[in-house]
Amino acid sequence: MVKRACPPSALATDCLWAFGVGGGICTLGEGLRQLYLSLGWEKDAAGSLVSVTLIGLSGLLTCLGLYQKLAAKAGAGTLVPITGFANSVISPAIEFKAEGLITGVGAKMFIIAGPVIVYGLTASWVWGMIYAFTGWTGMGG
Amino acid sequence: MNYLWAFVIGGLICVVGQLLIDLTPVTPARILVGYVVGGVVLSALGWYGPLVELAGAGASVPLLGFGHLLAQGVIDAVEEMGWLGAFTGGFTASGAGICASLLFGVFFSLLGKSRDQN
Repeated sequence: MVKRACPPSALATDCLWAFGVGGGICTLGEGLRQLYLSLGWEKDAAGSLVSVTLIGLSGLLTCLGLYQKLAAKAGAGTLVPITGFANSVISPAIEFKAEGLITGVGAKMFIIAGPVIVYGLTASWVWGMIYAFTGWTGMGG
Repeated sequence: MNYLWAFVIGGLICVVGQLLIDLTPVTPARILVGYVVGGVVLSALGWYGPLVELAGAGASVPLLGFGHLLAQGVIDAVEEMGWLGAFTGGFTASGAGICASLLFGVFFSLLGKSRDQN
């Protein structure tokens, strides 16, 4: 057998972890979605329930210090799913507990979630105005 | 098949984020903001809806899906009340996710120990 010229690059390893863990979180989400659909929830409601469930799980794992351990390996695989957003809210909430409920927990929760909500809502407002005044429904699709 | 597509599409969306982290100087906070805004744009272009149909949670669980939710929310609200819907639709649609995050944030901060989370 020919020896590999070089070990698998850090980039490939990172991407493999991100793919596996990110895909795994989404598959878990799909499993929950099918479960909620089978329990008779409507499509939109089932989607919201999946988000709430995954956010709760992410909070539990964050509280136990396990989400951070997974994130060290999985990188974007744990950052990009909704669980990563939840972690970005819950992790500083716990970390800054010592600074009090108002300026600690309450304020620090928004370190990352704040900009996400600000620019997400701004983008949705722009799109809503375009849609309201032009009725444009997109290209293709 | 549902699960396979959810895994593959969800995984690929995360790989794109990983490539951004490894190959560019963008910070995780910028990636989160970029994904949500990107999701709004992709949804407005009409490209994200079909992906959600195909991959289910594989497309809706990543933050691009959160953007898609915002964009769909404003469409529904604008249909209902005209341009004023642009002001309400985003919050309505994203309400469950944002409220759950804040709620669990308060809850687990009461349970958890204050320490460096990294």
